[in-house]
Amino acid sequence: MSALRILVPVKRVIDYAVKPRVNKAQTGVETAGVKHSMNPFDELSVEESVRIREGKKTPVEDICVISAGPTKAQDILRTAMAMGADRAIHVETKEGEDLEPLGVAKLLKAAAEQNKSNLVILGKQSIDDDAGQTGQMLAGLLGWAQATQASKVEFIGGDSVQVTREVDGGVETLKAKLPMVITTDLRLNEPRYASLPNIMKAKKKPLEKKMLADYGITAEKRLKTIKVTEPPPRQGGGKVEDVDGLVSKLKELGAL
Amino acid sequence: MACRHRSSTTTLARLAKPARLTPRLTTQPQVQSQVAPAVRCFSSSRPSQLKETRCQQGKFTSETYPGLKRDPRYGQVTKEHVDYFKGLLGTESAVIDGVTNENATDDIEPFNSDWMRKYRGHCRLVLKPSSTEEVSKILKYCNDNTLAVVPQGGNTGLVGGSVPVFDEIVLNMGRMNNIIEFDEVSGILTVEAGAILEVVDQFLASKGYIFPLDLGAKGSCHIGGNLSTNAGGLRLLRYGSLHGTTLGIEAVLPDGTVVDDLCKLRKNNTGYDVKQLFIGSEGTIGVITKAVIQCPQRPKAQNVALFGLESYEAAQQAFREAKGHLSEILSAFELMDGASQALVRQVTKKNSPLEGEYPFYCLIETSGSNSDHDGEKLQAFLEDVMEKGIVADGTLAQDETQVRALWSWREGITEALGHLGGVYKYDVSIPLAEMYQLVEDTKARVEEAGLLGDTDEHPVRAVVGYGHMGDSNLHLNVSTRRYDERVEKVLEPFVYEWIAKRQGSISAEHGLGLAKKKYIGFSRTPTMVGLMKQLKDLYDPNAILNPYKYI
Repeated sequence: MSALRILVPVKRVIDYAVKPRVNKAQTGVETAGVKHSMNPFDELSVEESVRIREGKKTPVEDICVISAGPTKAQDILRTAMAMGADRAIHVETKEGEDLEPLGVAKLLKAAAEQNKSNLVILGKQSIDDDAGQTGQMLAGLLGWAQATQASKVEFIGGDSVQVTREVDGGVETLKAKLPMVITTDLRLNEPRYASLPNIMKAKKKPLEKKMLADYGITAEKRLKTIKVTEPPPRQGGGKVEDVDGLVSKLKELGAL
Repeated sequence: MACRHRSSTTTLARLAKPARLTPRLTTQPQVQSQVAPAVRCFSSSRPSQLKETRCQQGKFTSETYPGLKRDPRYGQVTKEHVDYFKGLLGTESAVIDGVTNENATDDIEPFNSDWMRKYRGHCRLVLKPSSTEEVSKILKYCNDNTLAVVPQGGNTGLVGGSVPVFDEIVLNMGRMNNIIEFDEVSGILTVEAGAILEVVDQFLASKGYIFPLDLGAKGSCHIGGNLSTNAGGLRLLRYGSLHGTTLGIEAVLPDGTVVDDLCKLRKNNTGYDVKQLFIGSEGTIGVITKAVIQCPQRPKAQNVALFGLESYEAAQQAFREAKGHLSEILSAFELMDGASQALVRQVTKKNSPLEGEYPFYCLIETSGSNSDHDGEKLQAFLEDVMEKGIVADGTLAQDETQVRALWSWREGITEALGHLGGVYKYDVSIPLAEMYQLVEDTKARVEEAGLLGDTDEHPVRAVVGYGHMGDSNLHLNVSTRRYDERVEKVLEPFVYEWIAKRQGSISAEHGLGLAKKKYIGFSRTPTMVGLMKQLKDLYDPNAILNPYKYI
């Protein structure tokens, strides 16, 4: 069988642990000065790729991470390389040039072809837009097999891959042949910490800089965001001094 | 207990952080749902299941300390006294009366024992004043009638300082919990003593400021209690002790005199700085009712790194390098030995962040205003210590979740130890060069006595050390399988003598209370103790405040 060439798309998003705030103009969430990190689902993709290599069941020739975003996206590409990816591609987008899922899928199609990838592992969704469409669109555009929301990925000889996915009421097992697209779900693995020596080594790994035009993509928008608002704030409760106060309050509210 | 839970985020996917989550897309915001949650729990105030917890639950302090006798000069609380207080405080909820009402015992129990259930008093009256004036009247009345009083905050102490021994009246400050004033330009906060630390810190967070103190019990402890015990905690390295950050205090003396020193000035060289006496005096000379605190700007960016080291010498070198490279942004430098980390691993069953095992681990936190700038500095520092071979391996948290996960290896120690059984805890200050030697010497001594081993016939499971290296503050913990008198004999007074020989402190941040009262001589000269006694006699001539404790 052919050696694997894995493409792992990663996205820089507002850190999972940070509470996002809607900007004053209500056009999106505030991103300036907010801590960003790698989309947690993408961490799983990177980890899984590295584990496939470490598992030694299937030879892995190349693990390439790719991200489209501002210059800062290079930070998470370095993180991915510190975790074990071989090289990175950064597709620089200018401010306001946000890509929609279809745009990303088209970009990834071109990238997968250019890099002769035969396996794309990507997060099932990014935690900022929550679209959850890119993997499926990409498989459609490439005409490849797809296995979404993987909780287990096994190579079972030849070009066959067996993927377990969690569905309502149980698990579902799929089998497909390479080339294919896999999207990752929560329980697939537990991402490793990037060790200091690897963080240092990652700095010397190749990082290729590209533009959208290199893939024949423009950041044209098909969707229009009309308004972004926060959910209504929780109404605070009242405090009572003692049990008598509580009883009279309950009576007042008609609960007793 | 104080958990540092971030407010839950809103979108569904944000709840679905992959790592370490059990049910998929669950609605629980907490990520690490296993044994050690994302808590900022600091040694100073985590539960330690001391031997009493297991075998003598609910035992009265008077039974555990048979040498202590109720001082006959204190009056018994009578119905007349209770009536006076009821009249004074007005509302029913302000007085928990176990004197005339026998059914109130259950209500009083929480005020009578500490949260580790290590100490338990016989108090029958709890008073909850809501103003300084009420505190003043209560104390004056108690002083006139020689009734003993125990001031109580959040009752999170570890040395039994905040619970009565016999039938002292508990003066609980919980109702004085207002934030009185905050100046957004200077960061000067005026707050009542009963305000809960976490509530105050959250208030400050909304203004972009931070309380200069942080510790594990922050969800329960009161500002007044923090001040009167001079709590140390995690931010001390960065913001200094409360002696420096407290600008003013309002306190009530036992005779009812209100000491109004609510000074809002950073500079005020006019006479003796009397307020300092109330900080760390554990409620023995007065009751703090309000405080003015200088609060620093809340750091916008935090980075955390963990590394493994081959020796304690290397850890010291790393600390020096850290100060050199990170200077103003270094906010924590914590030391954990390999044994403590092995126990955390054993209890939490989590994978260690580093691949190999090392005899020592250090955790570094930086806090600053610019994440990139701090990250660069930290990165440069880490590369430098790696290249010089000071550090054997390490990792740098790549996101918030990892920041918390790394912290849990330091903060989870106390919890893990408590999980495994009884723990003898020593919270000590020793000059840095010899700090870890105490752990090694203690271990050798316990080993020599044949008490330490992996099998069940040995009462001691492990001797571990960890602590705030940045403050030369070590926590020596001896984890036991069961209570065994021989262990105590081997440890004490050996540990105290060892510390005294090196001019260390037998209680770095936990205070004296009842537990360490008799050991003060190991850290203070007779002259110093004499001066302290003079002060006590001067301010509290009838000795009604927090008796049987401190000095």
